[in-house]
Amino acid sequence: MKDIFKTLFKIHSLLFLSVSIIIISCNDTPEVYNLGQTVTSPLEGAANKSHEEIAVSPPPFSDGIFPCNDCHAFQKPNPVRRTLTWHEDITEIFNHDSKNRWCLDCHDLNNRDSLRLASGKLLDFKESYKLCGQCHGDKLRDWKVGVHGKRTGYWNGPKQYYLCVSCHNPHSPKFKPIKPEPPPFREDEQIK
Amino acid sequence: MKKPVNYSGRRKFLKNLSLFAVGSLALSGCGQVTMKEFLQKNFRTLSKKEKDDIIKALEKKYTAKYGKEFHVTDEPAADGVEFGYALDLSRCIGCRRCVYACVKENNQSRDPQIQYIQVLQMEKEKGIDFAHSDVHYNPELVPEEGYFYVPVQCQQCRNPQCTEVCPVKATWQEPDGVVVVDYNWCIGCRYCMAACPYGARHFNWGEPYIPAAEINPETHYLGNRPRMKGVVEKCTFCIKRVRDGKYPACVEICPVGARKFGNLLDPESEIRYILANKRVLVLKQELNTQPRFYYFFGV
Amino acid sequence: MNFFRFVRGVFKIITKGSSAYYAWITFLILLIVWGGFGYANQLAHGLIVTHMRDSVSWGFYIGNFTFLVGVAAASVMLVIPAYVYHWKPIKEIVIFGELLAICAVIMCLCFIIVDIGNPLRFWHMLPGIGILNFPSSLLSWDFFVLNSYFILNLIIVVYLLYCHFYKKEYKVSFVRPLVLFSIPMAIAIHTVTAFLFNALPGRPFWNSALLAPRFLASAFCSGPAILLILFQILRKITKFEIKDEAIWRIAELMVYAMFIYLFFTVAELFKEFYSGTENILYWKYLLFGIGKNHEIVVYSWSSIIMGSVAFLLFLIPSTRKNFLTLNIGAVLIYGSVYIEKGIALIVPGFTPDTLGQIYVYTPSITEVKTAVMIFSSGFLLFTFLSKIAIAIVFEDYCIDDLSSKKREDKLKEITIAM
Repeated sequence: MKDIFKTLFKIHSLLFLSVSIIIISCNDTPEVYNLGQTVTSPLEGAANKSHEEIAVSPPPFSDGIFPCNDCHAFQKPNPVRRTLTWHEDITEIFNHDSKNRWCLDCHDLNNRDSLRLASGKLLDFKESYKLCGQCHGDKLRDWKVGVHGKRTGYWNGPKQYYLCVSCHNPHSPKFKPIKPEPPPFREDEQIK
Repeated sequence: MKKPVNYSGRRKFLKNLSLFAVGSLALSGCGQVTMKEFLQKNFRTLSKKEKDDIIKALEKKYTAKYGKEFHVTDEPAADGVEFGYALDLSRCIGCRRCVYACVKENNQSRDPQIQYIQVLQMEKEKGIDFAHSDVHYNPELVPEEGYFYVPVQCQQCRNPQCTEVCPVKATWQEPDGVVVVDYNWCIGCRYCMAACPYGARHFNWGEPYIPAAEINPETHYLGNRPRMKGVVEKCTFCIKRVRDGKYPACVEICPVGARKFGNLLDPESEIRYILANKRVLVLKQELNTQPRFYYFFGV
Repeated sequence: MNFFRFVRGVFKIITKGSSAYYAWITFLILLIVWGGFGYANQLAHGLIVTHMRDSVSWGFYIGNFTFLVGVAAASVMLVIPAYVYHWKPIKEIVIFGELLAICAVIMCLCFIIVDIGNPLRFWHMLPGIGILNFPSSLLSWDFFVLNSYFILNLIIVVYLLYCHFYKKEYKVSFVRPLVLFSIPMAIAIHTVTAFLFNALPGRPFWNSALLAPRFLASAFCSGPAILLILFQILRKITKFEIKDEAIWRIAELMVYAMFIYLFFTVAELFKEFYSGTENILYWKYLLFGIGKNHEIVVYSWSSIIMGSVAFLLFLIPSTRKNFLTLNIGAVLIYGSVYIEKGIALIVPGFTPDTLGQIYVYTPSITEVKTAVMIFSSGFLLFTFLSKIAIAIVFEDYCIDDLSSKKREDKLKEITIAM
């Protein structure tokens, strides 16, 4: 009897382990999700969107920064607002309502691999648009229809959305000026 | 009365002379154009078989000329489709990425230079004022403080002046709204260029030059196939791409998402959303051209 | 049969002449050859050898075309008094007006052919084998009226000369209706050409209702001016007779046309400058320049001043009757209208362009050469046609002269006279 239970337990653990491994490995690399689905109705309320997936471009992580829990799993969460000793590349440029907001308003205190809404609800990084939409609701409405931001793909078929953060650095969202392409030749310079 | 002796001789000489003149004139164009191509009729009047033959001949010609395998299609307009375009003036930063993406996609001549999209820099204080605009702006970084940018290309008007004035009907409006040119029928009189209020039509003053490495071999007969000297060309909303369901090249490349495109007859499209929810304007509205190219302010 | 002998007879006239005649013909042929090289260059490289570009897509060629349409229309200035009012002294010289019209229309068609990007595709315009966008496109109307006017004049002239040559009376019932029909046709060619420009709402400089009336007024000034000078030359070197009164009467008619021409210009200027809308830009560029660009200011003011001076010279009877001042006035009005239909019409229509940019257009050497080629050909043709007309109508050169003995004597006579 003891032998049967031992064997069953071994089989169960093995099964559980393999399934976990499969689940984790499937979510290992960021890739395009749900290419076949698009938002069909632009005028539906935003509240119903939580279960609907939008095909987005991958979140633009810097090299090696994700998953955050690689480091943060071993650190004691500290909710007090302060100047950070790490992440200087971000704190130097941080300019997103910096008077009132700081890191942990958007990043979850206990799980740095998630973002958080004001209600405390956790979000995956690939759903970061919902976080932006909390304050920038009109932009979110326009973005969902494709009027704000960018979508590539087919005008009569599947489209891929660029995440807000693909264009706007969330820590310093305002666009910097860029170098323009050359002007056209003057017509009188084209005389042979 | 007897015919004088040298009468027939004079006639013969004149006949030979005129034959020689016509012959040399014909031969001068011989290398470029075959007799069949020269006698080709207006594209709209051709049968399916004739169109297929012409397209096959063109594919062969372009493949031989540029060394890449060329595809020419004459994909017609789909039913229930009318293209509309909207450009967000609050977002355009004047970077001209659209200009060069268009040049590449549409096989425009690099030398002499043709660009379908002209980006005008205007002062914010003056508003939309063509007289004080500048197409040759070239600062270090864009956008410049105090200026905004208005890119102008073919507006695919609902009431196009250009198609009315063409003496040979070489340019017409397709059912999906795109105004096209049959390059093999155009005689190059440039009346359409005088008629267009937006400067959207361009002429091949010289033999167009495209480096073989940059040529785009996926072409449409009425759109981006390589043109010849002496014909008019213009933006066709990337007719090859949009009839395949894709976005025009300028829409895809815009780094700030200022360009929006869709089917005006589809109530769910982004272009209809813009018309319903944003304040749109068109250029030179008083001329009643009724463009399908709208400008709006997203912010 | 008969017609071929007529052609043979005609050919003999133009191949014989005085040394001055040969010198003139040689000079024209040299110009044609020189110009021909320019045109050959354009055929080889395309229109890029002109200075026309996307901003200013019509230039010197279309300017000359427009001016020559006016010259062609001007023959009607002579036809109306002769055939409608039966004014005898003018009747015999109407034929020269029609010859001028024929040459002018041929030159117009040549200017169109050199201007289009693909001249060999000209057949696309022919109804039947091509497609002609009638009635939508004003160019298709122009095609019809120009060709009709040309054929009409050709028939009239050839018929009259043919009858004279065979010493037959011409049928008045055949000629008169054709001639009367040429009056509305002359007005038609110039109105249609004006409507070509007028039709474009995208070009506010041309989109004025007064454009067609201005065209007609300037045509009626400039065409007769050429004829005035021509008649004086012919009077001197041939047996051709024309009374002073006839010339003065033509000049008087021109005064009315000139007044209307100047008045219309003033009306346009008032509307633009008083209302001061954005469309003032084009007139500003024409008369005062914009910013640093003052290229055509000198031409526009020259045109206005020359026109006004000519008007005064023709208005005042003493200067009108003095042949020196009359001829100066004729040259001045011709120059004024040439500028007004050329540079001062085409360039401001395109400058600044539809998007507000300024491209400064001046004709290139190729354009000048080609235009010289066409003008020289036109002059050559007109010389030949005039010589034929003079010989047949005034020197009584006829079928008898094709017989050997009389022929030699007759030709000697004509040669000496010229």
